[in-house]
Amino acid sequence: MSSSKLKTGHQIDASAVLGWGVDSDSENDPTYPLRDSPADPSKRLDWVRPTRQVPNVEILRSIEYNQLPAVVGTSVPPSGLSGVIRRSAFRRSESDWVHWLMLLGADRVNMVEGVVQDLGQGRIPNILAERGIRSAWQHERQKVVTKAVVVAGLSVLAIALLSRRAKSRRRT
Amino acid sequence: MPRILHPRDAIVRVTRSCICGSDIHLYNGLIPDTRVGSTFGHEFTGVVEEVGPEVENLKLGDAVIVPFNIACGQCQFCKQGLYGNCHESNAQATAVGGIFGYSHTAGGYDGGQAEYVRVPYADFGPMLIPEEMDLDDAVLLTDVVPTGYQAAEMAGIQLGDTVLIFGAGPIGIMAARCAWLFGAGRVIVIDWIHYRLEFVRSYGPAEAYDYRQIDDMAVFIKKITDGLGADVCIDAVGADASGNALHTLFGKMIPIEAGSAIALHWAINSVKKGGIVSIVGVYGPTGNMIPIGNVVNKGLTIRANQAAVKRLLPRLIEHVQAGQIDPKALITHRVPLDDIADAYHIFAAKLDNCIKPVLLPNRR
Repeated sequence: MSSSKLKTGHQIDASAVLGWGVDSDSENDPTYPLRDSPADPSKRLDWVRPTRQVPNVEILRSIEYNQLPAVVGTSVPPSGLSGVIRRSAFRRSESDWVHWLMLLGADRVNMVEGVVQDLGQGRIPNILAERGIRSAWQHERQKVVTKAVVVAGLSVLAIALLSRRAKSRRRT
Repeated sequence: MPRILHPRDAIVRVTRSCICGSDIHLYNGLIPDTRVGSTFGHEFTGVVEEVGPEVENLKLGDAVIVPFNIACGQCQFCKQGLYGNCHESNAQATAVGGIFGYSHTAGGYDGGQAEYVRVPYADFGPMLIPEEMDLDDAVLLTDVVPTGYQAAEMAGIQLGDTVLIFGAGPIGIMAARCAWLFGAGRVIVIDWIHYRLEFVRSYGPAEAYDYRQIDDMAVFIKKITDGLGADVCIDAVGADASGNALHTLFGKMIPIEAGSAIALHWAINSVKKGGIVSIVGVYGPTGNMIPIGNVVNKGLTIRANQAAVKRLLPRLIEHVQAGQIDPKALITHRVPLDDIADAYHIFAAKLDNCIKPVLLPNRR
């Protein structure tokens, strides 16, 4: 502890807290979901499956399933280079670290694809607005200004260094 | 406008939607298979606009609480009450069931930070909002209240137990409140954001400490308990935790870990031998550096899951109606959907004393 603000010993009278102990359950042991599992192992896969949705887009399926679940999400089918990476990732199981690292990589590629797609459609993405610049300006103006000054300073420095190097190359 | 794609679907017009702390993990790129163009948002209420032919228990115009889990109600896991682990709703991963607006790792469903949402298994998941219930209370029953409650439930709290909670975000605050309902003798919350620590001190109520003023978490907790550690610890932080340079580097900057797991690390090392660690903080599915050897050596029980919202809702509605839980007290910001980018920034950067922002998609 390094601060006098950090007080110990201030304890709350539990019995004075509204609703104290109303859900207390001495039988609450860590295994409660298992209590409701079937005693007969042959019943584990014995359920009436819901009606199957017929997907209208490409669905990547975990290889740990032997069939598609009855209902699937169809929000964003895989596409482009990120889609190629995702398809490749889904050849590996959920237990394989590489599966997830490939998907994380695909997400980053997908971000670039999104910007390129915007530009291709004549839309210049307003990344500052999308990252909440208005609220940042309202609530942490000093931080925004500091960041802007640092970025501007580093940019000027980089340009100066590059132009100096170019000049000295031309002289030699 | 979404369409009915399955006979058990409904289309819901969103009336309230929240930004969750776990949405920030998506926003920061920590959850794999988050595709550009997905709509986030797993906490929402709405009004039924259209139903599929197999949905007989809902009618057009019904106001509903939509649990964040997408659950069929028929598979082995749903039958066990594990509605966060439905086997019939997530093609991309077997570990977790489908979740609205939470990446393709959770099924690839669009979420509720929108005007309309497709709700699969609508005949099973959604629950009618009781007539007298405030919509602001109702929307927090989709995730915050059940997750906080289940965190306390999974902690197996016995009368008089010392409960240590990492994180004073909405879930940690709610876990602190619910720990008392299970009979905790003492509730302690750790975070670094002072306005949230102040809030939980009175809302929980709880003892609340800033970890930046603590040299060593395990030593501190042993000093303020009986020297043995807390009876149970709850990780209500997850992947975006700060507080350790190594975890920040490998979990958040170069994401080869599934987020920064320092809160879980502290939980394992601060709980007493034979104690229980309850995890509701969200991590990615890769792996994390945690002291697993201590889990073995201390004989700990780890309990964790996504909240089974549907299972808990009836009891939680009773608690709200009895005034024992006041969900809407957590709401600090009410933001039109059009200003969502600013709402995300305010919430993620913890600006303007933000605890819980609510989005208002339809101003009708």
